[in-house]
Amino acid sequence: MALLDVRDLSVVFQRKGATPFTAVDGVSFTVEPGQTVGLVGESGCGKSVTSLAIMGLLPRRGNTVTGEVRFDDTDLLTLRPQELRDRRGQDIGMIFQDPLSSLNPVIPLGLQVAEVLERHQGRSRQTALREAGVLLDAVGIPDPARRLKEFPHQLSGGMRQRALIAIALACKPRLLIADEPTTALDVTIQAQILTLLKDLVDQSGTALVMITHDLGVVAGLCDTVNVLYAGKVVERAGRHDLFADPRHPYTHGLLQSVPRLDADRGGRLHQIRGSVSDNIPWSEGCAFAPRCDRVVDDCIGETVPLEPAARGGALRCTNPVPQEVPA
Amino acid sequence: MSDALVEIDDLKVHFPIKSGLLFDRTVGHVYAVDGVSLKVRRGETYGLVGESGCGKSTLGRGLLRLVEPTSGTITFDGTDVRSLKGEEMRLFRRRIQMVFQDPLASLDPRQSVESLLVEGLKAHGLHKDKAAMRTRLRSTLDSVGLPASALNRYPHEFSGGQRQRIGIARALVLGPELIVADEPVSALDVSIQAQVVNLLGDLQDSLGLTYLVIAHDLAVVRHISDTIGVMYLGSLVEEADGDQLYERPLHPYTRALLSAVPIPDPQVEDRRERILLVGDLPSPAAPPSGCRFRTRCPWSQSRCVEERPELRVFDDSGQRVACHFAEEILDGSLRMHEVRAEIVRPGQDTPPEIGAGLIPT
Repeated sequence: MALLDVRDLSVVFQRKGATPFTAVDGVSFTVEPGQTVGLVGESGCGKSVTSLAIMGLLPRRGNTVTGEVRFDDTDLLTLRPQELRDRRGQDIGMIFQDPLSSLNPVIPLGLQVAEVLERHQGRSRQTALREAGVLLDAVGIPDPARRLKEFPHQLSGGMRQRALIAIALACKPRLLIADEPTTALDVTIQAQILTLLKDLVDQSGTALVMITHDLGVVAGLCDTVNVLYAGKVVERAGRHDLFADPRHPYTHGLLQSVPRLDADRGGRLHQIRGSVSDNIPWSEGCAFAPRCDRVVDDCIGETVPLEPAARGGALRCTNPVPQEVPA
Repeated sequence: MSDALVEIDDLKVHFPIKSGLLFDRTVGHVYAVDGVSLKVRRGETYGLVGESGCGKSTLGRGLLRLVEPTSGTITFDGTDVRSLKGEEMRLFRRRIQMVFQDPLASLDPRQSVESLLVEGLKAHGLHKDKAAMRTRLRSTLDSVGLPASALNRYPHEFSGGQRQRIGIARALVLGPELIVADEPVSALDVSIQAQVVNLLGDLQDSLGLTYLVIAHDLAVVRHISDTIGVMYLGSLVEEADGDQLYERPLHPYTRALLSAVPIPDPQVEDRRERILLVGDLPSPAAPPSGCRFRTRCPWSQSRCVEERPELRVFDDSGQRVACHFAEEILDGSLRMHEVRAEIVRPGQDTPPEIGAGLIPT
């Protein structure tokens, strides 16, 4: 049975007097225990809102969340706030993009890590602080005993992100959601953090949902990748299949438009025309149609369904990129 | 006249750290750029890469004297830029223009596109002939792929990629010879990045521009640059042409940097060997003695502590590297060793009484 089963999740933002905006539009995916699943897309595709909706962290007013988020066969969306708080941090951990704004600047680091252990595992302050030291050591923070008494501003960006990982993993959750965990970091620090995440996931058997815009990060880390566009999953595949043989024109275009370090230089990059705002609503066809090179008449009219594709993947396209013939 | 458009020799930009309430005392310096020498040839793209805090942006700003360099010389097309005064310097800036990272922050939200573009023309007295000016505005907008109707609109009406096009148009309208582009695509989405990268290439071909591109994304820099300079903590550690740098990185930092860049291909990712650097960038206010990179270098030796390596020409290819042991590392006679993470503490390396912020001299 899947650890996390997101079914038809939709988030609609509604402001008084404004037209409702559908940020997430019927997203479904599953995460098996120990698996790493990627959600990839550009800004505005709904990847972060999906993660916030799963955790129940969206503001209570101004939005409607529908669908099911089944974790261990309990629908998280139906839980009362108190029950949800028991789960967060205990069963599901989360890492955010900007470590400085997700740590409390006026509380010593040690207390911020220990807090989780006190709340969920009923440790005393003393024991919790001692365990916090062990945790900081495990995520590779040198001299943890002294670090416990320090404040977030005294740490570098990479160290803060490590501290955040320590907090998220304090109770050995079965699921970890990482929302752009390395976007604010330099590449050499990004490599450190990704290696750390990979090791921790391998050792503890924690399942990981990795949310990112960086296809390179996904290529090295995720078992299954979901590509999001305008609030819907447009393609899902195992990472080897996705990168070797992308079927959706959007995925294909994205992969082609990134300059690769190991490719030949020069020449023009493939470009996807228009911008993310040039969409048509999904109800009137394929949202990507106005920017798509392979657009046909069938793309416009009615919603394109997400259909199963080869090797357990799925695809939402009427005129997919032809499969490469194996040589 | 040589083919170098810009020559920078031993450029230093130091920011004093001030302290005290009534009397400013200088209690130390941030060595943002500390002795960089490089040449940008006419018509080429020079890419400057490095991580945050390595001084790459300060170098670009120092070149335009947007921050005043502490010492060193800048020669632009035979003119000594640092000796220019007041009005001379202002008029000179027409020849070097800058494109900034965040187009929304660098464009005044209350100015229409026309007013943004005309401002530079006015400053250089090019607005007198109204008809010629209008043609100029239209042709500039056309060259960056924006419709002429954009003139009456405001920055917020455009998408991120279009805003960056406005930023490029603003730089182009004065007909500069050199464009310093500081992180021109890093604020943009992947699919839009490609559009702007292609645009920069097209403009270079049609107008014969010279670029100094400053960016942290090695893959983007490698795609557009003829020559790449790698910076670490205020100094240039390696310089080579784009292919050479990837084929044969010489400096340990370049190797680590190249191995850290994720490649969107799982088969490559699974087989890659990574050189993981430990720890963080030391504080530029108290750089390590000798080689700046030695605290994180897996090949560092005792000589690296004592002597700061000069940027030297490595071989006939013109590749330059600042490492004592580049040959030994390349032929494998020097082995990697363990490096322990040193704690980088902003409060510790710098003198204890830091008061006010950084004020450029």
